Amino acid sequence: MLRLEKLSVGYGAPRGTVLADLDVSVSPGSFVCVLGRNGAGKSTLMRTIAGLQGAIAGTALLDDEDVAAMRPQTRARRVSVVLTERSSSPGLTVDDVVSLGRQPFTGWQGRLTADDRARVTDAMAAAGAAQFSRRLFDDLSDGERQRVMIARALAQAPRLMVLDEITAFLDLPGRVETMALLRERARATGTIVLLSSHDLDLSLQLADVVWLLDGRGGLSVGTASELIAAGDVSNAFDTSAVRFSAAHGRFELVA
Amino acid sequence: MTPAARSLAGSLVLAVAVIAAGMFALSWGMIDVSPGEVVAALTGGGDPGNAQIVTGLRLPRVASAIIAGGALGIGGVLMQALFRNPMADAWSLGLTAGGQLGVALLVTAAAFSGPEAISFLRSFEGPSITLGAMLGIGAFALAMASLARRVGTVTLLVVGLMLGFTVQGIVSVVIHFANRVGGRVFSGWNDGNFASVMPGDLPLLVAPVVIGIVLALVNAKPLTALLLGETYAKSLGTDVTRLRCLTLAAVVLLVAPVTAYCGPVTFVGLIVPHFARAIAGTARILPLLPLAGLAGALLALAADLVVHAPWEQHFLHLNAVLALVGAPVVIGLLIFSPSMRGQR
Repeated sequence: MLRLEKLSVGYGAPRGTVLADLDVSVSPGSFVCVLGRNGAGKSTLMRTIAGLQGAIAGTALLDDEDVAAMRPQTRARRVSVVLTERSSSPGLTVDDVVSLGRQPFTGWQGRLTADDRARVTDAMAAAGAAQFSRRLFDDLSDGERQRVMIARALAQAPRLMVLDEITAFLDLPGRVETMALLRERARATGTIVLLSSHDLDLSLQLADVVWLLDGRGGLSVGTASELIAAGDVSNAFDTSAVRFSAAHGRFELVA
Repeated sequence: MTPAARSLAGSLVLAVAVIAAGMFALSWGMIDVSPGEVVAALTGGGDPGNAQIVTGLRLPRVASAIIAGGALGIGGVLMQALFRNPMADAWSLGLTAGGQLGVALLVTAAAFSGPEAISFLRSFEGPSITLGAMLGIGAFALAMASLARRVGTVTLLVVGLMLGFTVQGIVSVVIHFANRVGGRVFSGWNDGNFASVMPGDLPLLVAPVVIGIVLALVNAKPLTALLLGETYAKSLGTDVTRLRCLTLAAVVLLVAPVTAYCGPVTFVGLIVPHFARAIAGTARILPLLPLAGLAGALLALAADLVVHAPWEQHFLHLNAVLALVGAPVVIGLLIFSPSMRGQR
């Protein structure tokens, strides 16, 4: 269970508070898509929920524990993160990178138990990264790297996965596969998956719950059909040139 | 083989090689001492003349080569992980130069504050030059760490090397004006040298290095996470600020005493981690540490053997020998290494 209580996120001056007084609950096993235009505050919100940056006010509670107040190692056992930034790591193999997902659970040496190894293998298979497990991470294509980072996040066996625009480097089949995989994982393990994306169509189709940032500090929460019916999607994305058509469920050029 | 097994096997082979090279270095020279006599001398027996040559003259040099090489190798692994830069090393990023500058400024300050300060410095020469080197290395390390956030891998390398030249100039000027102080502090300042270490210096050389190695071992796991970048390291439970401080402290403890007692030793810390990664087949830090330590010791010992071979005349310098091995390796890495791809 993830609960945001009066959560305000943002930065110091000059950018200031981006989103204020958010009150949202998410039940275990939910696949949540976070949508909004560039600059609406998706990344800021995701980073704050993951405990990577401090909140301006309020708290994000995971199973009634304040994420920001957790010890770093405790948080790493509960929350895993994949970010949009292009990651590189000099000299690590794919297997090394995925194994790092087990690091919060190992002793000072970082030695993996048989159970840890099994989870790593399983995560690589699930994310479609098994066939290049022996290669150097830096030699992979962008799409392959993203699969490896997702495998690492899965190996962490978290209660909450925070994935910020991870599908940007993937082709269309890759995006569908990845999002379907994450949704299936959420259902199977009870993990809450929080995924921000610019893939409006796919997100509206696959999400259990959609968080829609309107770019003016507002957040609407609901199923895709609820938000479309209420006109929230149009409200967040329409410009003078493009308009969301509720009837067709897609964007159309303004004639 | 798994990386752990490769690391273990490689470490065993390197350890045997270090011991063999060390024994050879103790027996070879202007006066040859047989291996049996070397063992006898080391265990406190044998011919007194031979014992004096082996334990009095050669052992301090061989021991300091092993300690310094090991410390620089491990320091190199830490630097490359901390800066996420395959070209990082205490020497290449100018930290060694910082240490030299620290010592030079300390000695100058003493020279200008009068004979009492100089005699004080003389009587505590070892600890005070180590302290001077630590302050200089620490300051330069912080400066380079903040610069590393803004410039790329190769730019940082060039800046570090230029810092080295700058300091060389400054030290020459300081020597020019403060040569009244003289002493070991300035002897062979532009060159590394393992022969200037006295038997009594060894504990002061070893103690900080041992603490540095312990810090390296303890931080090996979070440093591996840092290879993925700061944000991911954080999300894997690493306290990044604390890790940076502890790793920098380890680098200072490993490199400062070596710089203080042996002068600037080039290339060892830069190239040895690459050998260690090749042997281990991974960049995970923990399996690299014993490999880098032993490979560094072997390289330093081999270079020292070339320098102190029984030549008719001694014109070879340690850093000249190291450059002959190290510079081509670095050029090869810059041109061919996959880890440098996209960073030029």
